[in-house]
Amino acid sequence: MLAYLIRRVAQSGLVLLIVGMVAFGMFRFVGDPIDNMLGQERTQEDIDRLRGQLGLDQPFAVQYFRFLENAAQGNFGVSYRQGRPVSDILLERAPATLELAAVSGFLAIAMGIALGVFTAIRRNGFSANFIMSASLIGVSLPTFLIGILLIYIFSVELGWLPSFGRGETVRIGNWTTGFLTETGLKALVLPSITLGLYQMTLIMRLVRSEMLEVLRQDYIRFARARGLRDRVVNFRHALKNTMMPVITVIGLQLGSIIAFAIITETVFQWPGVGLLFINAIQFVDIPVMAAYLMLISVMFVGINLIVDVLYFLIDPRLRADRAGAH
Amino acid sequence: MKVSTVAVTAALLASTAMVAQAETLRWARSGDALTLDPHAQNEGPTHTIRHQMYEPLIIRDVTGAFEPALATDWAPKEGDPNVWVFNLREGVTFHDGAAFTAEDVVFSFERAQQPNSDMKELIGSITEVRAVDDFTIEMVTDGPNPILPSNLTNLFIMDKGWTEANNTVNVQDFEGGEITFATTNTNGTGPYVLTSREPDVKTVMTRNEDYWGRDQFPMEVSEIVYTPIQNAATRVAALLSGEIDFLQDMPVQDLSRVAEADGLAVKTAPQNRVIFFGMNQGADDIEADNIDGANPLADVRVRQAMSMAINRDAIKQVVMRGQSEPAGMIAPPFVNGWTADMDGESGTDIETAKGLMADAGYADGFSIRLDCPNDRYVNDEAICQAAVGMLGQIGVTVNLDAKPKAQHFPLITDGKTDFYMLGWGVPTYDSEYIFNFLVHGREADIGTWNGTGFDSDDLDAKIASLASNTDLDARNADIASIWRVVQDEQLYIPIHHQVLNWAMTDAVGIDVDPEDQPKVKYFTMN
Repeated sequence: MLAYLIRRVAQSGLVLLIVGMVAFGMFRFVGDPIDNMLGQERTQEDIDRLRGQLGLDQPFAVQYFRFLENAAQGNFGVSYRQGRPVSDILLERAPATLELAAVSGFLAIAMGIALGVFTAIRRNGFSANFIMSASLIGVSLPTFLIGILLIYIFSVELGWLPSFGRGETVRIGNWTTGFLTETGLKALVLPSITLGLYQMTLIMRLVRSEMLEVLRQDYIRFARARGLRDRVVNFRHALKNTMMPVITVIGLQLGSIIAFAIITETVFQWPGVGLLFINAIQFVDIPVMAAYLMLISVMFVGINLIVDVLYFLIDPRLRADRAGAH
Repeated sequence: MKVSTVAVTAALLASTAMVAQAETLRWARSGDALTLDPHAQNEGPTHTIRHQMYEPLIIRDVTGAFEPALATDWAPKEGDPNVWVFNLREGVTFHDGAAFTAEDVVFSFERAQQPNSDMKELIGSITEVRAVDDFTIEMVTDGPNPILPSNLTNLFIMDKGWTEANNTVNVQDFEGGEITFATTNTNGTGPYVLTSREPDVKTVMTRNEDYWGRDQFPMEVSEIVYTPIQNAATRVAALLSGEIDFLQDMPVQDLSRVAEADGLAVKTAPQNRVIFFGMNQGADDIEADNIDGANPLADVRVRQAMSMAINRDAIKQVVMRGQSEPAGMIAPPFVNGWTADMDGESGTDIETAKGLMADAGYADGFSIRLDCPNDRYVNDEAICQAAVGMLGQIGVTVNLDAKPKAQHFPLITDGKTDFYMLGWGVPTYDSEYIFNFLVHGREADIGTWNGTGFDSDDLDAKIASLASNTDLDARNADIASIWRVVQDEQLYIPIHHQVLNWAMTDAVGIDVDPEDQPKVKYFTMN
């Protein structure tokens, strides 16, 4: 167990280092940050001075090593665009993204499971078929289009919900929340639907197919033969056994909800870390890009690590196999 | 029960009455100010926010003409061409109540000349700023500087006492990530006072009832809520859904949609920015073409032919949807030195162009790479695509290479492109600024954006003499003669002047500012 854990952690560390290196290798192709930082009146002297000051005249390996050295001490440098420490900016932006991700995650899970169960039980019903067909939209339409579509319908035509921003927020310590105000809650509706729709349809389709699989199993037939009520059969026996693979997928999807919030945040001008990242790319704000990419990869690697460890703990077959192999 | 209903109704009535009086301007554009420190960044959107709270000595009105702000009048000192005298406005107070005097001006100029200041280049010619009395300032320059006032329209005045008390005498070290009190707080003399600010999210300002010009300007907006919205479609949707009253950075493809919508209006004016192509004529051989051992762009006939091949009206109609003004010279129309004649000197004539190509020995044409930005100017990449087809008509095969601005502009300043798109705005409203950056031979701190390889000692000397020529008629004659050379040499291929669009609800009344700098004190609200 311990050896397994150590090996997994070491692998994760390696993945992080490689992600960082690839990211740093790419930054040079994004453009020259100096150009955005100095106005059109700059002289060559200004350019050279600034380049030296930021360490951009150093080779890529040196820049990367410096970044690692500082990042290890929790220092992600200073944003070229905003002139403030990156860690401050990320902390300030994180609540917006996390609240959005939490709401869309909750929406995706709750709606996904409910609709999945419904479409599995009423396999041939009209409404189940309708939901299945409609879910194709969620899978196939790109996020930005869904966002713009929702804005067009609910903001421009109907005027019910705001088209951008977070509404009024309340500050609690270092955290700003939109949950406590009416405008804040209203502002959450469209972005969280946009962000969660793909995950929702994914979970729904997964739950449905797993459920259909389980419903064909012998123990379900026996349960029915014993005269148990449908509700008990469907929810206590079938759904429970459906959840194992579903939970795995949900775990992995949580990471992508945060990572893919970039597009939703851009469409809705949601002041989270994804929007920050898009701004950073346009401005070639290397410290922000580097910190964001590292953060996201830490998150993904971390989730994968936890899932691996959980598998190990939950699934006795895995342990048995390993024991047998050693 | 009855009583409380009455009370609620009364409260509701009172609140609607309040709304009628308080006019909030909900304002959006694509980007936000980078900092509030008046001297830390010289950048358009940053200046826009500052202009509401701080004031310079002089501002420009919507026609581009000077208007007194903190200075009431100004003139060169009699008998000494190296000194400008400014008379300051009396009875002005900063937001915290401190009186505005000459001492604050002296302090602000010294602050703007610090090494960390991004404004120092604009006032580089000033050697001393001295207070003659409480409301008179003399600025000494290192030689006669006839256009000094042009450089002062974004140079904001801070209160010396406030700055010292809050430990922000030094300009914020922006690149070093320094945050000072002045980065997030303001104390200007301007018409609006900062209420709250979250960078990149929301900035709120309220009307300064003690503003010196409270009765002179409309100042009908009592509160400004400024929100950057990056995505163009969302920006327009916010306007259409009534969440925004006033929008800058209006995408041209949505103009007709907004203009036709009930209760919305789009206002248009020529912008202080001209778009053109540059060609490297200086090199013996260029890398971006398929001709070995020669540079087709070195021949003025080729450059003229290429200019003639561009159909500027077609670009205006098709690419820009009418939102541009074809250009014949690379100066915006407000600039001293611009003439309607020269601006009309570009015509489309494919036959003559083909003849010129043949005369130059390129009857079969040649191929060349065109470097183009795709996120800097209005429809920049689409303009380049249109040019590719047009140049193809005279046998010039263009390979388009469009990239983000952060990759495009270093190509020009590093001399790594032979054929490129560039746009130019002229903050000083004088041709000298254009010549210094685009016509003067490239040296360390002059001609920095001249990627044409053009370098004429005669012309350079003439350009240098403009800076200190106080005889304005002679100076204008020199400017005209320099333009003549630029035009005859076909140094650049002018495309068009950009047009600026502001969209707003019918309630908002404001004329478009050619520098894209809305000053809310001029706004009316119906």
